[in-house]
Amino acid sequence: MTATLATPRRAPAASAGARRRVVALVVAVVAVLLAVLLSLAFGSRPVTVDQVVEGITTWLRGETPTDIGAIAVQSRIPRTVVALLAGSALALSGALMQAITRNPLADPGILGVNTGAALAVVIGIAFFGLSSAAGYLVLALIGAFVTAFFVYFVGSVGPGGTTPIKLALAGAATTAALSSLVAAILLPRQAVMDEFRYWQVGNVGRADWGSLGVVLPVLVIGTIVALLCASALNALALGDDVAVGLGVHVGRIRVVAAVAGVGLCAAVTAIAGPIGFVGLMVPHAVRLVAGTDQRWLLPLSALGGAVLLTLADTIGRVIGSPGEVEAGIITAFLGAPVLIAIARRTRMKAL
Amino acid sequence: MAALLDSLPAVSDADVERVRAGRRRRSRRRTVALVVLSVLAVALFAAMLMLGNTIYPVSDVLAVLRGEDVSGASFAVGTLRLPRALTAVLAGAAFGVAGSTFQTMLRNPLASPDVIGITSGASAAAVLSIVVLKWSGTATMGLSLAVGILTALVIYLAARGGDSTGGRLILIGIGVGAMLDSVVAYLLLKAAVWDLAVATRWMTGSLNGSRMEDILPLAIAVVVLVPIVLFLARDLGALELGDSWATALGVRVDRTRVLLVVAAVALACVATATTGPIAFVAFLAGPIAARIVGPGSSVVLPAALTGACLVLAADLLGQFAFDTKFPVGVITGILGAPYLIYLLVRTSRRGGSA
Amino acid sequence: MSAQHEIRTEQLRSGYGARVVVDGVDLVVPSGRISVIVGANACGKSTLLKTIARLLPAQDGAVVLDGRRIDTIPTKELARTLGLLPQQPVAPEGIVVTDLVGRGRHPHQKLFRPWTTADDQAVTSAMAAAGVLDLADRAVDELSGGQRQRVWIAMALAQSTDVLLLDEPTTFLDVSHQIEVLDLLTDLNRTRGTTIVMVLHDINLAARYADHMVALRAGRVVADGPPHAVVTAELVREVFALDSLVVPDPVSGAPMVLPRGRHHVGIAPGGALDGVADPSSAAASLAPALSSALSPTSDVLERP
Repeated sequence: MTATLATPRRAPAASAGARRRVVALVVAVVAVLLAVLLSLAFGSRPVTVDQVVEGITTWLRGETPTDIGAIAVQSRIPRTVVALLAGSALALSGALMQAITRNPLADPGILGVNTGAALAVVIGIAFFGLSSAAGYLVLALIGAFVTAFFVYFVGSVGPGGTTPIKLALAGAATTAALSSLVAAILLPRQAVMDEFRYWQVGNVGRADWGSLGVVLPVLVIGTIVALLCASALNALALGDDVAVGLGVHVGRIRVVAAVAGVGLCAAVTAIAGPIGFVGLMVPHAVRLVAGTDQRWLLPLSALGGAVLLTLADTIGRVIGSPGEVEAGIITAFLGAPVLIAIARRTRMKAL
Repeated sequence: MAALLDSLPAVSDADVERVRAGRRRRSRRRTVALVVLSVLAVALFAAMLMLGNTIYPVSDVLAVLRGEDVSGASFAVGTLRLPRALTAVLAGAAFGVAGSTFQTMLRNPLASPDVIGITSGASAAAVLSIVVLKWSGTATMGLSLAVGILTALVIYLAARGGDSTGGRLILIGIGVGAMLDSVVAYLLLKAAVWDLAVATRWMTGSLNGSRMEDILPLAIAVVVLVPIVLFLARDLGALELGDSWATALGVRVDRTRVLLVVAAVALACVATATTGPIAFVAFLAGPIAARIVGPGSSVVLPAALTGACLVLAADLLGQFAFDTKFPVGVITGILGAPYLIYLLVRTSRRGGSA
Repeated sequence: MSAQHEIRTEQLRSGYGARVVVDGVDLVVPSGRISVIVGANACGKSTLLKTIARLLPAQDGAVVLDGRRIDTIPTKELARTLGLLPQQPVAPEGIVVTDLVGRGRHPHQKLFRPWTTADDQAVTSAMAAAGVLDLADRAVDELSGGQRQRVWIAMALAQSTDVLLLDEPTTFLDVSHQIEVLDLLTDLNRTRGTTIVMVLHDINLAARYADHMVALRAGRVVADGPPHAVVTAELVREVFALDSLVVPDPVSGAPMVLPRGRHHVGIAPGGALDGVADPSSAAASLAPALSSALSPTSDVLERP
């Protein structure tokens, strides 16, 4: 009875919401294009619009331009692509983890995934003489997976499931333990240490086409799986019992979505190092604009993440000129205030 | 006084005696525990002075401490080992008192200054000052202290208002800490010369290269601030029951809290500026001390002793237990994290508030 | 017996920041009696109690104890007169009952002064009064909700104050523990003359245990006086927005509120009251009987 009464009143609201989401989608796509242009145009060497156009067109034709500015533009293409893909993967991963844990703070950085990946790589280099990029990536993936599941497990022990604080603390503790282990392994091995120092800060500029090629399958499959999970995740948002009542295989969907989420952020960590807070910030921002429907939230988060990381990388290059401030630093600085805002909005129990 | 007691119903002397006996039993345990901790700290301190490439007998060490010139021992013990051992004791005590004060005051074992990002702030400031700006020791101390207090203030202000400030404060602290840690990593990455010793110090904490002249600020901080905290220990015990109880018991809550926070933050920051953020000592000292002396009494002094013992023992382990010499923070980090996870799991299992 | 203290509020205004919760409250707390503050959720009951206990500063007006504004009395001195049991206190982990009760001695202790025999006596006596002497060496964590609440009351008693303020002391207790706690407070009041002011959620329990009731609505006092004068159907409608029947509690004789709800309008609860359609006239007809039973000096509330 209540439902029939409510329907006519809800209909216009729903269509207004849909309009808003379409607008958001259009804005997001435009923002992605804009971010790409900015990323190509700005850096330590300023270039003109013509040079940007020439750089892109020659690159599309597979030629090397003669103009120095156009060369600079072309050299920025790989990192721009990496930033787009990494940003979208991180945001998608964050959105997935937030959905399955029903926890606003689930983020690859907070879950300690980065340190797990780092430890695995360090072990590979130090004990197994690993040196191929593909080997690093595989190890980073394994380390990230193991750590994420461990932290999630510790953070969900006890009644009430995962709470934001439990999860954050489990992540902090694990990160501290793993970084101590990393230091313990590295200290007697100066050569490895030098290689590793770049693992401390996330940076999209380090990746190239080769390493991107290795993780691309993971990114593509992870993204597809994530988008396919969307409507089941909508049901999950209402609680496990309701989801079961709606015919969702709760356990299965959780595992599938979690594997996709961890895989996405592990792949990014493997090529770009630890980049925190993107997965935390973007889904929250999108939720404010487009609501909680996962079928919109996930794709919009992917686009938003691409914009955020591409811009963070561009900003880092501009303010760090002639060098650069790594994107991981920029996102950490943007992210902490967002975390504070989320913590203030969320009603929470003491633990 | 007598008038007040008149209003209470008379109780038999046997009952009073029974209650008193229970209290005495617990305070005796506390005294024994304090003595054991002190003896342990002295023994570890002595071991730090005696052990090394050359092992010196107690007589030589005592001779050096008396200021006599003993060939070989004077340099090894007097110049290398004594500053290291003193730094260990002072930093351990400072971290222990800072951590236990925060934990007691915020009524949460997870709210120690190293978990909620305050030592990260001090560490970031110290790296900036030493590695980038090349400032002197005193300026570094000042900057660390200022940034540490600023960090505490930011976290406090951001967490203020609404209900369950404690949980929110921890969460915000972890976020701010993550941000500041990335600053440390960045500054170290950008440093012209990548120096392993410097990097490990500011990321995990280390006693390597402790010098007598660097100890002074830390020694002053410990000598001045620890007594202040001890002086306020009873009020701290009332604050542990919550602001309402503390007010009802006649504690001036705001003033007491400001004093305690400033003292604890200053201790944590000065110690961090001296040794780097030695992982988990602040976090672990209080709960371990409470386990040793028994619940219900002030842990300020036991936590200071426990902190000192932890740093001394971890540094001995790091120096002599393995083929490679590990800095103290690596050892405390590896040992401390499982405890944090255990604490988390146990608190969650009970389903109660932390 | 406890010394007499006069507590008044004068045009008291209080709240949280810009949000004013209690405004224009003039109240006199009768000395040596049990006063209970009642009202709907968010009406300012707890805020009023907290302001009297100086946990919240008065934004305007004042709380006056024996002719002095409480914000001018040194807090430790005040703590020797005014005790408080806050809502849902949390005990430090692992603490033993005696040690927790001992913390109530804080306002009587001086720096570096060791624990005295007087402290031990006060603690023992407080535990005996609250009926927790047998639990003396148990950890507070292990106790049941009712036992724990009595331990907190013991701690407030160890403070040896003449006035005791309690913020919802029965919340989260089952009904037998609620009665246990309220009986204990009544014992204290009757045997020691302790002035008790508390906030209670349950208006029927409030009417049964109070000597003096204060009804609040939207931060203002709507009525105050003895229970039979305060608890009427009109007042219940005004304060709780609830249509009800007020009858004498067959156990204590205090007024008892029977809510009607939408589905039971006009159905009287028992044969004796059949045909009483108008609740106000019911209350009016009952008033003379009640007033004789509930005259301020009578001890109807005491247990047999």
